[in-house]
Amino acid sequence: MDYQNILTTCTYCGCGCNFFLEVLDGKLVGTIPCKTSPVNEGKLCIKGWNVHQFVQSENRLTHPMIRKNGVLEKVSWDEAFDYTASRLSEIKAEKGSDAIGFLTSAKVTNEENYLLQKFARAGVGTNNIDHCARL
Amino acid sequence: MIDMVKEKIEALFKEKKIAGFLGLREQNGQVAPHLFMEGQALEGMCLGDRKIAGDARYPLNKILVTLARQYPEETFGILARGCDERGLYGLFRLNQLDPDKVIAVGIACPGDLALACECKKPFPEALVAGEKIQAGDSIKAGRETLAAMDTLDLDKRFSFWKNQFSKCVKCYGCRDICPMCFCRECSLECEDLVSKGDLPVDIPVFHLTRAMHMADRCVDCGLCDEACPADIPLRLLYKKTAQIMDIEFGFTSGINKDERSPLSMMGPAPKKVAK
Ligand code: SF4
Ligand code: SF4
Ligand code: SF4
Repeated sequence: MDYQNILTTCTYCGCGCNFFLEVLDGKLVGTIPCKTSPVNEGKLCIKGWNVHQFVQSENRLTHPMIRKNGVLEKVSWDEAFDYTASRLSEIKAEKGSDAIGFLTSAKVTNEENYLLQKFARAGVGTNNIDHCARL
Repeated sequence: MIDMVKEKIEALFKEKKIAGFLGLREQNGQVAPHLFMEGQALEGMCLGDRKIAGDARYPLNKILVTLARQYPEETFGILARGCDERGLYGLFRLNQLDPDKVIAVGIACPGDLALACECKKPFPEALVAGEKIQAGDSIKAGRETLAAMDTLDLDKRFSFWKNQFSKCVKCYGCRDICPMCFCRECSLECEDLVSKGDLPVDIPVFHLTRAMHMADRCVDCGLCDEACPADIPLRLLYKKTAQIMDIEFGFTSGINKDERSPLSMMGPAPKKVAK
């Protein structure tokens, strides 16, 4: 029998609410808002309350995939990178930088978000960058 | 106070009476629910009093229900204030916990906390540490709050609650934190009652449905109030429902260990109990 509460920070938006992820025998079973956190004082929004559900969701991507002839197929990272780089170059050459846009995420780190906007602006040459936390 | 609690827990482990003890622990600078296991030091254990008494309470009973579903044969010890013990009695009645598999280690609440909670019984029967405070003053304070609400005429009262409910962000935190909410299928997710995925929340259906379902369950612990990001006085609403249950049926959830709810009895309504 192993029951633990792991203190962590919500990945859904930039507020940074603290909660405990309840782990029973290695599986996430619930979320408990942290009462003593000065950020959220024991409160959460509906996304935070259900955060434990997406971690173990069967819908999560575990491999890079490319749609070939209308069907998603598992591919290697190398193939995925090559494909993405060549298609982005083609689109940029054909239609210009602003034909490309990037969507980033609140579920990654600040630094990763910084990198993606840098890539968009300095690498590709577009200001078309947005994120899911605008919800 | 905490030394007496620790002594009791160590004795329970030594006598092999419990598989684990569900309590609170200071961890990474925060207070967290924690399952202490045999042989583990009780280091860092705390009682949930941070800046003021009882300001870091957690729904330990809810965690116990999760553990008991997974380990029905094991007996657990649990830290319990008055309201937690009322919750345990309620969960025994509702067949969510087996009274033979739970050992409460009780602590009494101080007078200021009892008054702030307007508490009906600020100490558990299974008292291990702390001094019993009689509930006279806090019960009186509760009656006065409800009486003040009742002086508003019906229209004013309804618009007071409509305004309160309109602040709701539909986080479901009141349900998710509540140690007395355990249904696998929740009416608040039934689309015939409550629309899915949009705001504003259905007023007053959402909050009054919950109040109805809490009528014979709520043990007035106040955790929902503390979890509500919109500061809706939920506890006050449930105190009113509880008052109606008391006046009509002489029933107060969690006060007696072998209680039965008038809402789950067949036949004619039980006689009103003279107070
Ligand atoms: S409701 Fe009563 S028992 Fe519970 S914390 Fe408040 S004073 Fe203590
Ligand atoms: S006060 Fe709130 S959290 Fe506590 S039992 Fe009643 S409804 Fe549940
Ligand atoms: S906790 Fe408050 S805001 Fe959240 S659903 Fe309940 S009443 Fe609404």
